[in-house]
Amino acid sequence: MDKDILICGVGGQGTVLASGIIAAAAMAEGNVVHSAETIGMAQRGGPVTSHVRIGDKAFSPLIPLNKADLIIGFEPSEVVRNIGYLSAQGIAVVNTTAVKPVTASLSGSGYDGSEMTAYLKKRGNCIFADATAECESLGSVRFLNILLLGIAAGSGRLGIKKETMMSVIEKRVPEKFREANINAFIKGYDIGSATGQG
Amino acid sequence: MKEYVMGNGAIALGALKAGVNVVCGYPGTPSSEIIETIAKYPHEGLHLEWSVNEKAALEVAAAAAYSGARALVTMKQVGLNVASDPLMSLAYVGVEGGMVVVSADDPGPISSQTEQDSRRFAEFARIPVFDPASAEEAFEMIQDAFTYSEKYKTPVIFRPTTRVDHGYAAIEAADTYTPKSFEGFKKDPGRFVIFPRLSYKNHGMIEERNVRIGEDLSSYRFNTAEGGPSAKAVLAGGISYMYAKEFLQDHPGVTLIRIATAYPFPESFMLDKLKGVEELLCLEELSPYLEEQVLKLAGRYGITLKVYGKISGHVPAMGENSADSVKNILKDFLGIESLESSGGVSDAPALPARPPVLCAGCPHRASFYAVKKAMEGEKTYYCGDIGCYTLGNAMPLDMVDTCLCMGAGVTMAQGFSHIDKDGKAFAFIGDSTFFASGMTGVVNAVYNEADITVCILDNSTTAMTGHQPHPGTGRNMMGHVIQKVSIPKILEGIGLTKVITVDPLDLKAAVSAVKECAGLKGVKAIIFKSPCIAIEKSSKKCTIGDDCINCKKCIRETGCPALSLSEGRVVIDASMCTGCALCSQVCPVSAVKGGV
Ligand code: SF4
Ligand code: SF4
Repeated sequence: MDKDILICGVGGQGTVLASGIIAAAAMAEGNVVHSAETIGMAQRGGPVTSHVRIGDKAFSPLIPLNKADLIIGFEPSEVVRNIGYLSAQGIAVVNTTAVKPVTASLSGSGYDGSEMTAYLKKRGNCIFADATAECESLGSVRFLNILLLGIAAGSGRLGIKKETMMSVIEKRVPEKFREANINAFIKGYDIGSATGQG
Repeated sequence: MKEYVMGNGAIALGALKAGVNVVCGYPGTPSSEIIETIAKYPHEGLHLEWSVNEKAALEVAAAAAYSGARALVTMKQVGLNVASDPLMSLAYVGVEGGMVVVSADDPGPISSQTEQDSRRFAEFARIPVFDPASAEEAFEMIQDAFTYSEKYKTPVIFRPTTRVDHGYAAIEAADTYTPKSFEGFKKDPGRFVIFPRLSYKNHGMIEERNVRIGEDLSSYRFNTAEGGPSAKAVLAGGISYMYAKEFLQDHPGVTLIRIATAYPFPESFMLDKLKGVEELLCLEELSPYLEEQVLKLAGRYGITLKVYGKISGHVPAMGENSADSVKNILKDFLGIESLESSGGVSDAPALPARPPVLCAGCPHRASFYAVKKAMEGEKTYYCGDIGCYTLGNAMPLDMVDTCLCMGAGVTMAQGFSHIDKDGKAFAFIGDSTFFASGMTGVVNAVYNEADITVCILDNSTTAMTGHQPHPGTGRNMMGHVIQKVSIPKILEGIGLTKVITVDPLDLKAAVSAVKECAGLKGVKAIIFKSPCIAIEKSSKKCTIGDDCINCKKCIRETGCPALSLSEGRVVIDASMCTGCALCSQVCPVSAVKGGV
């Protein structure tokens, strides 16, 4: 399998675990995988991206523009920031809840993500879900990353089996949150399959 | 078994496989995970340490290498500046066991003060340098680096860049590692005591030897040429090689030459590959090192060819390369028409800026705020330093007037105090930075009668680089609990006028401590002590009550990212708030409830 997956969000949203899970699951299915994270200064409240590159034709650690088959977006403006990476046939999974940067609060700008979602709707090739609200209904926003992985897997665009994903998630998350994470994944998976993208 | 690790993990596993005996370093992005990975494989015969700074690390390692042991030293590129004093001399003396100095470069720069190129440092010190292009290569190449170091009895530099350090790949890991067995130090003053005569003699030896190393490296497995032959060829080093390779797999027939050992330059290899080449494009980051080597070679051997790169203006002088920038440069060079769209988002709505900020509940925010409040209306100099707290420069705190390099805040504040007797000079320095290079600056202040207040932001960790322990934390990398080195006792020992320890989250007490110190002559210190919230997770939360008059003072004054406006009202994001209660101490009507 050759596949380029870009995960984007804001520092602290759990993107790193999400990319680790995809990488491990893709390897478990026998693929060569490379990935890269933005860490350091940029991590604190800044935009973060993880690039997961599956297959042996990828040499650059970062996905070139117009090459991503899938974007998993934890925040609408971060999807817009990275939309140039999406290939013509690619799909973006977009969480519609905005993370308001402190600069927006200070300047009183009313950023709430809606104009980003509107822009992406116009552009097309997106699956929208209020994943944050779905997580809250499960009890905590800390499972946002797993729920979004579920949507991506359910949409059929991830190219990794549901069972493989679930067994990796079980291994990767702390024992006491295992059940909650699996529930989040399944909830996401159902949302993803309902989009009929697969 | 294969482990999926980042490039830094690959370097660590490679060094372990090479039987490394002693590993020392100082944290710095993008190098820190090397030592952290090694820490996961403790074994008999391995000494591992976070040293207080890079100079100390290199010196500890040098003694091990004199004894025939294999030593690894890790740091970021600016750390090499700190370690350059011992390194320059060590290059003359040489080593017995293999010694590899990892200096991680940071094109961009992404999280550094400079865009310096460690390949230049290698040439400056006259020692070999290895330049991996991927995590897989880094694993192999660090083992080669030990071999060459031992073969030529010289320390070598290993120079990954951020994208290599932070790129993940599956790497072979063993269950157990066996450190190299070595004979031990043999006293030989003629060899290990550096004197002018020894340096003169060894200088000549080194220059002659480096020619031989260049010859040896001409057949090195990672100096390669693929594709072609073609009149237009590409020369690349480091990650740029991978970018070029990815593009050229769809455009075969172009020679791609790759140099992994920039110094000593593998001349005969290069001369051979330049045969028939009329135009050469050089792709590399930071400085035009390879480009210059080819230009020199062309002059010396009378080769006629055109060389493009940073010097000719075909490749940007600064910033990092990317798959896309390299693709575009290659398309221009090869005359390939571009049909794809640029991937631009020109029609997109304006994106919210997300500059890095101090975390919600970060005690540094409270410390800065206390100083700001206490000094309202006074003429001040706020000298910052390297760490998370550099972010104190952001609005609305705006509390960092200068930031230069590790430890400079303490000494620069002195400079301001000497030239402006009316201003109040403050230095802000973290606990780890204090041990690394702040202490000597405090001695300088006392000795030379400066009037400064040193604010030590003690959060009991090295937060910026990923929470490494340091001498004040009571724990080291061998997993031992040690006697904590006490910052107040150090300061008292140096003889400060006043040393106050205060909890920055107690705003009133903090403000009065600042006022007291600022009013005194001489060298004073305030230790703002409160743990990093990323280490000591708090379950406390604050909430805003109905009595909130929506004046927004909390947002305006603290800039805490947990505070935001929702439908025009100030709200606290419960998933971020740590209940630090800074905002509640700022609120004029006590509308913020809960917390401490
Ligand atoms: S108590 Fe106030 S200042 Fe502290 S973390 Fe919560 S919102 Fe931020
Ligand atoms: S400072 Fe107090 S009153 Fe003013 S907006 Fe904040 S919580 Fe409300």
